[in-house]
Amino acid sequence: MVNDRNWVLGRLGGGLVVAGTLVLAACAPTEVVEDVEAEPVAVEEHEPDAREVTERDPAEVEARRLREEAEARGLDPDDPLDAAILADPDSLLDTRRVHFAFDSSEIRDEDMPILEAHADFLAEHRSRRMIIEGHTDERGSREYNLALGERRAEAIKRILMANGVNGRQLEVVSYGEENPLVSASNEEAWAQNRRGELIYQ
Amino acid sequence: METLTKRWMPTLVATLLLAAGAVRADDVIIDIIGGVEGAVPLAVVPFKSDSESERLGVDVAGIIGANLARSGRFDVLPREEIITTPDRLEAVRFSRWRALGVDHLVVGDMRSIGGGRFEVRYELLDVYQGRRVDGRRYRADERHVRVLAHTITDAVFEELTGIPGAFSTRIAYVAVEGDDDSRSYRLVVADSDGHRPQTILTSQEPLISPAWSPGRDRLAYVSFEGRRSEVFVQAVATGERQRVASFQGINSAPAWSPDGSRLAVTLSRGGSANIYIIDLESGVVDRLTDHWAIDTEAAWSPDGRWIYFTSDRGGQPQIYRVSPDGGRPERVTYDGRYNARPSISPDGEYMAMVHGRDGRYYIAVMDMETEHIRTITQGPYDESPSFAPNGTMIIYTAGGAADSRLKTASLHGGAIAPIRGGEEDEVQVREPAW
Repeated sequence: MVNDRNWVLGRLGGGLVVAGTLVLAACAPTEVVEDVEAEPVAVEEHEPDAREVTERDPAEVEARRLREEAEARGLDPDDPLDAAILADPDSLLDTRRVHFAFDSSEIRDEDMPILEAHADFLAEHRSRRMIIEGHTDERGSREYNLALGERRAEAIKRILMANGVNGRQLEVVSYGEENPLVSASNEEAWAQNRRGELIYQ
Repeated sequence: METLTKRWMPTLVATLLLAAGAVRADDVIIDIIGGVEGAVPLAVVPFKSDSESERLGVDVAGIIGANLARSGRFDVLPREEIITTPDRLEAVRFSRWRALGVDHLVVGDMRSIGGGRFEVRYELLDVYQGRRVDGRRYRADERHVRVLAHTITDAVFEELTGIPGAFSTRIAYVAVEGDDDSRSYRLVVADSDGHRPQTILTSQEPLISPAWSPGRDRLAYVSFEGRRSEVFVQAVATGERQRVASFQGINSAPAWSPDGSRLAVTLSRGGSANIYIIDLESGVVDRLTDHWAIDTEAAWSPDGRWIYFTSDRGGQPQIYRVSPDGGRPERVTYDGRYNARPSISPDGEYMAMVHGRDGRYYIAVMDMETEHIRTITQGPYDESPSFAPNGTMIIYTAGGAADSRLKTASLHGGAIAPIRGGEEDEVQVREPAW
């Protein structure tokens, strides 16, 4: 019970007045009554009816719950990209990274649906822009890897454009081997570091 | 890494440990792996020093000995085997040194001459003939005593090999600090043994591919400070710098023409990576190669007739060459599945490169006339070879992303020595240019 209440308080965050009311309803200790009395003006001035609606309308409660969950995931429901992810629990838009085989810039079959999902989104939202970063593992020469990273990013760009994205929405940057995800010299680290990053602007 | 190196040790390990009492943070401790067949046995006797010189703490003889050992051409007598410390011809009992199997001796002294200045004198002695071959006297302020040690090494090296020494030239490299979340990058210029480092540029974004101008007064390099690769040229003395390539796509791999008037660079301009030539005076950019594959890492031959470069147009990275005036590139390397990052020796007779074999990467040298390729380092992640200005040694990066260090290898002997220099242990050091 206490835990539940705290959870509600947490989600409603910033709602000082609402919080006071809930505490009062739950156990009504003297101190809390004083708290409520200390804030009556604020209650009156800040949408007195909104509080009533919040507590009564299950749809609104659900909407608030979703918003709180979105924020916990670092997503903004007002952003179309985040909204699309929130609307579909299986959305591939949440995945912003694809991986490559050694010395290869070929997109893997399993990564195609990810790129297609991003392409669909970008095609529907022409004002959105994306930076495609190409990265390699540390093996071999740095400058060759810089060019290889560029080729990987360009390969991603071609797939996105083939799926309806305007080239002006996309920018390609290669970091070669300079920004590894994992600084280690083993197969696992190399596999993680050979990648393309999709960065929405 | 060191353990691995030692297990691979082919012939000889010469360990130079400087006298324990005199060891300071910036003293040189070098393990030399390998060595030239028939390296000249030589001893560098600790220089006689007055109290002021002792206080300065620069071990001139130690620096000379480490330099000569690193060249792979000298088998330098370990200091603990040196029993007497004569400072001039007249004080040497040659029979003792003959018994130690030493062909040549370097002796000398160092003394304060006031005003923070020092005089250093050396003599090069032929043990079997019992005579002085060479000898000189130098003066310098205290900050340049290390430079004197390199100058003396150059004189000794030239006297005994007929080749001018390159120990008093400077190297450039990139030092990287920090973790995956936050790294800082420094472009550093230092003595050839890594000491006296001076940072000439600091950035929060990667720096790669420094290249000395032929006049050795400017460095071209690639900086990601604009959140993408761009090529800059910076005057080392003034710090004045100029952005020379900032086109769409990658701008990288700068290589100076032998006369210093042009830079070959790699540009992708939104397509595939190709070699271009920038005229630094006019800023005019000419395309040299035109291929859908990766063409990068240009290196001019010293006679200016060829530009060597890496291309994967044949399926894997291999080295090709093309005239700077254009034409059809021809393939140069056929041995192995991965050959990249060419560097041509100053006399044009050798090409150093990164040579991949069985998932390991080594520095290899190709004899341009016979086309024979020889691996001169131990791997497994060696890269960025750069010839010393006299062509006798190659500096390169050893180790992976988490632990990169500079090492030198001798062109013929494969003597390998780390350059620890003036950087802290946790700093990664890479991308050397000599």
